[in-house]
Amino acid sequence: MTSKTAPLHAKVLKPESHLIRKKPYYEPVGGEIALFEAAYASQIPVLLKGPTGCGKTRFMEYMAWRLKRPLITVSCHDDLTASDLVGRYLITNNETVWVDGPLARAVRCGGICYLDEVVEARKDTTVVIHPLADDRRILPMEKRGELLQAPKEFVLTMSYNPGYQSVLKELKQSTRQRFVAIEFSYPEAELERKIIMTETGLDAGTADKLIRLAHMTRNLKGNGLDEGASTRLLVHAAKLMARGIAPRAACSGAVAEALSDDPEMLRAINELASSLF
Amino acid sequence: MTAAVRLSADALEERLDETLDPVLSSRRTATGLAAAIAPLARESQDFILNWVAIIARTNAEMAYQFAAAAPGALARLDPATAEAWIITAMDAYDRDGLYRASALFKNVAEFASTARESAAVVAFEDVAQILQLFLCGLAGRRLSLDTAIHAYTDTETLYLPSRMALHSDRNKNFFVYKALATVMWAQGCFGTFNADLDAACSAYADPARALELLNTLETIRLEACIARALPGLAREMRELRDGETDDPRCASLTAASATVNDSIALLARVYPDMAPARHSYLPVLQPDQAAAVRKARMAKEKDEFQSALAQLLEEKYGSSSPQPQLDERFSVQAPDQPAENGNASHTLMLDGKPVAPPENVSQLMDSILQDLGEIPDDYLAAAGDGGYRQPQRDRQDPADVWKGVYHEQGAYFYNEWDCRRRHYRKNWCVLRELDVHPGNAAFVAATLAKYAPQVTQLKRTFELLRGEDKLLKKQPYGDDIDLDAVIAAYADMKSGMELSERLHIKRNKTERDLAVMLMVDMSGSTKGWINDAEREALVMLCEALEVLGDRYAIYGFSGTTRKRCEIFRIKRFDEPYSGLVKSRIAGIQPQDYTRMGVAIRHLTTLLNQVEARTKLLITLSDGKPDDYSDNYRGEYGIEDTRQALIEAHRTGIKPFCITIDREARDYLPHMYGQVNWALIDDIARLPLKVADIYRRLTT
Repeated sequence: MTSKTAPLHAKVLKPESHLIRKKPYYEPVGGEIALFEAAYASQIPVLLKGPTGCGKTRFMEYMAWRLKRPLITVSCHDDLTASDLVGRYLITNNETVWVDGPLARAVRCGGICYLDEVVEARKDTTVVIHPLADDRRILPMEKRGELLQAPKEFVLTMSYNPGYQSVLKELKQSTRQRFVAIEFSYPEAELERKIIMTETGLDAGTADKLIRLAHMTRNLKGNGLDEGASTRLLVHAAKLMARGIAPRAACSGAVAEALSDDPEMLRAINELASSLF
Repeated sequence: MTAAVRLSADALEERLDETLDPVLSSRRTATGLAAAIAPLARESQDFILNWVAIIARTNAEMAYQFAAAAPGALARLDPATAEAWIITAMDAYDRDGLYRASALFKNVAEFASTARESAAVVAFEDVAQILQLFLCGLAGRRLSLDTAIHAYTDTETLYLPSRMALHSDRNKNFFVYKALATVMWAQGCFGTFNADLDAACSAYADPARALELLNTLETIRLEACIARALPGLAREMRELRDGETDDPRCASLTAASATVNDSIALLARVYPDMAPARHSYLPVLQPDQAAAVRKARMAKEKDEFQSALAQLLEEKYGSSSPQPQLDERFSVQAPDQPAENGNASHTLMLDGKPVAPPENVSQLMDSILQDLGEIPDDYLAAAGDGGYRQPQRDRQDPADVWKGVYHEQGAYFYNEWDCRRRHYRKNWCVLRELDVHPGNAAFVAATLAKYAPQVTQLKRTFELLRGEDKLLKKQPYGDDIDLDAVIAAYADMKSGMELSERLHIKRNKTERDLAVMLMVDMSGSTKGWINDAEREALVMLCEALEVLGDRYAIYGFSGTTRKRCEIFRIKRFDEPYSGLVKSRIAGIQPQDYTRMGVAIRHLTTLLNQVEARTKLLITLSDGKPDDYSDNYRGEYGIEDTRQALIEAHRTGIKPFCITIDREARDYLPHMYGQVNWALIDDIARLPLKVADIYRRLTT
């Protein structure tokens, strides 16, 4: 333990003026960077598809850094309404004051608005997304009776996991057909190893074993697992190992328990992990 | 509290007299029993008296035997084990009668020793599911597991002993299972059966010994392979060996390049003097069984592979184009360096250019590579016109079952998709709606009793789902103030407008505007416990749906040939979940075949008559579509079903399939789409899982 305690207050950032200065670590899988840049230049919104933990959010950070635009992320939940995105009136000093929502702020500052897991949001959000996502590029602000015209620097992006089985959480055709879609999946073994090693400083041999474990769990998808271990889980496990946690314990905590609650499945994954380490 | 006072022999005798009265006589009194129990602690005395009373309710003589044996037993067994001992004996009485129960009560010593041992014993059924998942992770496909006296594999199924009690430590016994399973997986993966093992051993004076030695050598080689791929497991395997080491002459087998042929070559050198290994995780080689299974599989895969190639060609060039010199167009390129875990991926080439084969073809290639180590040239000849289709069997005239549809009311006609013609066959199928003959409604009650705890939990989960609160804003009355509305109203008031009255937030339940159609497979193949599980699953699902309030209907489907497709009404949308519906569920009986396309088309029509925002068509199935004639089995049936599902999807219905067919992965994604299906491989869990899947599907 260090004698100095960390300061108790976090840095306050304004998303619309915050630019990512440090290059985020991102390994391109295919032509996604070129595709995104082309879509950005043509002012077409982008839809990122793919399972959890395969690098969608990191890709957005990387593109924000590359394009030097602020990134405003909205994690969608089932109570997120259109006015949460656009903005609302608040009262200060006996007066009403308009406060922009994240989407309106992103439009005003010409940033990248990233709606994470957009299917979770309430259906009325499509009302504001649609006019912004086609060639009109306007954000209707109903309460103010205004239309916000997006500058050419603004881009709308959203992410979506097609692996969900719920019929109520599907993207409507009218929404999805407004977007250019980029499909993400888990990277190839070689690339995944590079990612783990760069992110955590783990040695190549151990990283290889982790990747083999990931492939084993991905084999189990549909046989009791809804998803295999994502690259993010591998990075977590590798970080634990780099801090001196025994590999089997790290895999159990970061991979097995994160994937399942079923005792037999847990045991099977732990046995796979202990076979490798 | 002070310890309760010990009961005296007299008091005990009185109590025993009372309970054991029917089996006591002037010559057989409880005095001896009481005298033996009297010196024990009060808890032990209570324990004995309590159980004597319980057992006497079943059989007084058995209670007497127990009372006689109990003092001795309590000295040897702890209370938990003693209880297990009593329960075992009572079970024996229920099954085999008094004689066996008495024997068990008399033989405490034996029970005590097996009890100690059984703490360490691992039973196959306890670990089967874990091993199954473990192997699936390892091999990338499901291998079936079964029990046999010795561990061996026929390359499709891994056989394991039903109990493992070699070590006094439970964990170690599990390791032996795991090691056995891994070695047998390695036998397949690293090509033990790629050589003719019987022929290799038959030249020796004692072929059985030769085979045993070869097995030892192979295990040494495989262990080295395992050590490279799974170092952690190899370490555990070394621990199981208890210091037993390999013959130094076998060192060459541990090289990465060693194959089964090296083991066979080495066999000649070590045959005279080497002793076969004896460690615990050595499976037995059964080359004859392996060869038979392998031969059947290879023939089947060669056929399938060639058909697949022909199809690739057809997709690329169209079926009309002439196809000269088929055999020279495909080739396979091996990877530059073999991957160390043996899963090297070969590339399929067509006219010198790599082609991406569909998922099922690359799996086929992997499987062939695992058997042969390469893809031989004769495999690469695409099947010609003659052998392209599977040979037709059971050619029977569908007119045999013609039932005169024109003269009967209530017949529906449906088109069917012919994937070869790429056209519908007009009014091809004749379908009738029939009623299920009601069965005994007691089945429903029995199911609910059987799963009582789960039903309670199920209801609670679904109640939560139903009660999912939604905040309704701008309400005229409600639980809380809607700050946004107040601010808006305040702003309005400031600017001189009228104040709105809608200033409250109300919590309200969401309307679930959902209609679900359950389509139940009633084909002959569901006979037996699949049918039981299906019916139980329906009962559980109905309970859940009743709680939820979703509208639902249940129909079964079956039939023979296109002229006699049958849909069985179990519950219509407008029918309540009544006693009649319950007895219909109980009365679901396996019928004939599974012509799925027409059933889907009919139920789609029914479902579309209901007004709902979300419409779900859930199929409970146990296998591929199949019918008696018209070649419905196979591609035709799958394509027709797929087409019917596409039609349903077009009308706004979401199809979903719950299946118990382990091969479902090969065709269901094609029919239902990548995510619109779920596999339940353990039929016993079907009743519990179906409701769970429904919950996941609709939240």
